[in-house]
Amino acid sequence: MAEPALAEIWVYLSASPLLGLTITLAAYSVAHRLYVFANGNPLLNPVVTSIAMLIVFLLLTDTSYADYFEGGQYVHFLLGPATVALAIPLYQQAANLKKLWLPLSITLFSGASIGALSAVLLAKFLDAGLQTQLSLAPKSVTAPVAMGISENIGGIPSLTAAFVAATGIFGAIVGTKLLALLRFKDNSTIGVALGLSAHGIGTARAFQVNSEMGAFAGLAMALSALITAFIVPWLVELPWLVN
Amino acid sequence: MHYLNGLTLLLIYQLVGEVSTLALRLPVPGPVLGMVLLFLTLVIRGRSSTALDSGANALLSHLSLLFVPAGVGLMVHFDRIAQEWLPISVAVVLGTMITMASTAAIMQVSTKLLAKRS
Repeated sequence: MAEPALAEIWVYLSASPLLGLTITLAAYSVAHRLYVFANGNPLLNPVVTSIAMLIVFLLLTDTSYADYFEGGQYVHFLLGPATVALAIPLYQQAANLKKLWLPLSITLFSGASIGALSAVLLAKFLDAGLQTQLSLAPKSVTAPVAMGISENIGGIPSLTAAFVAATGIFGAIVGTKLLALLRFKDNSTIGVALGLSAHGIGTARAFQVNSEMGAFAGLAMALSALITAFIVPWLVELPWLVN
Repeated sequence: MHYLNGLTLLLIYQLVGEVSTLALRLPVPGPVLGMVLLFLTLVIRGRSSTALDSGANALLSHLSLLFVPAGVGLMVHFDRIAQEWLPISVAVVLGTMITMASTAAIMQVSTKLLAKRS
């Protein structure tokens, strides 16, 4: 009887972290190939396609998220050291940082505040629930940091991860067109705007235009993540903002 | 072997960051503080190392993979998204455009006024 044996194997697999870990890497590998094949079309962002494939797989096999995460946690854990590692690209931009530190500080502080405030206020104005508002606050920040912020302020980290991905994809698709329409021309200006508002996905888009724009985008991404981590917990304490 | 040493260093900085944020009750995520400390170390030291560069590169070259497991957690929140799709999409679309345009404007004006002439 093949049928019970198969069921037994499934019971074993779904209880072990091996399955969750393997399908995560396999889905990402397929998604990444698809993305490269489509010449880096932001609509096929590998995060989105792999998440979609995994959700469909889990729903079809009736596997719970908790069971999946037994394996997924090993990948998830690496977000911590990856956040620390962002110090290295930041350090490589030290020359730009030194030359433009004053305009950059002003821009990044105001930009990061506008990013968080615009998201929360728009959501609040349209009657979103409190947790949704909080989860939206760090949406322009690179995912590992955004999820940390979300958890700190009482949002839902996985919801934030989805908002972050949506923001990055949208920013990468419309960003260069919008900024050209508004007649911005400098690589530094466009790069900083892309990196601050659309984090890593916006930065990848900036690198497609040229490497100077990409460097500024990377710089803005790393610094605005840092700044947002400091100001968002303080912003959400404002009595008129979140409720 | 190089990248293992680099990875170990990253974990040490994360550990210091996590412990400090807990001990000092800072509102920042521990890894973010670890990033700041590592950046300051590099600035003081004046250079990075091959071990650190390869450890960081191993993690950052596929950064997007790392947030897939959390993103799958979306399946738990389908109801919320179905209920609040309007505020969520407006916040993402309009909020991102506002942020992008105002950031570019502020950067352009402040660079013109304040950048050091080199």
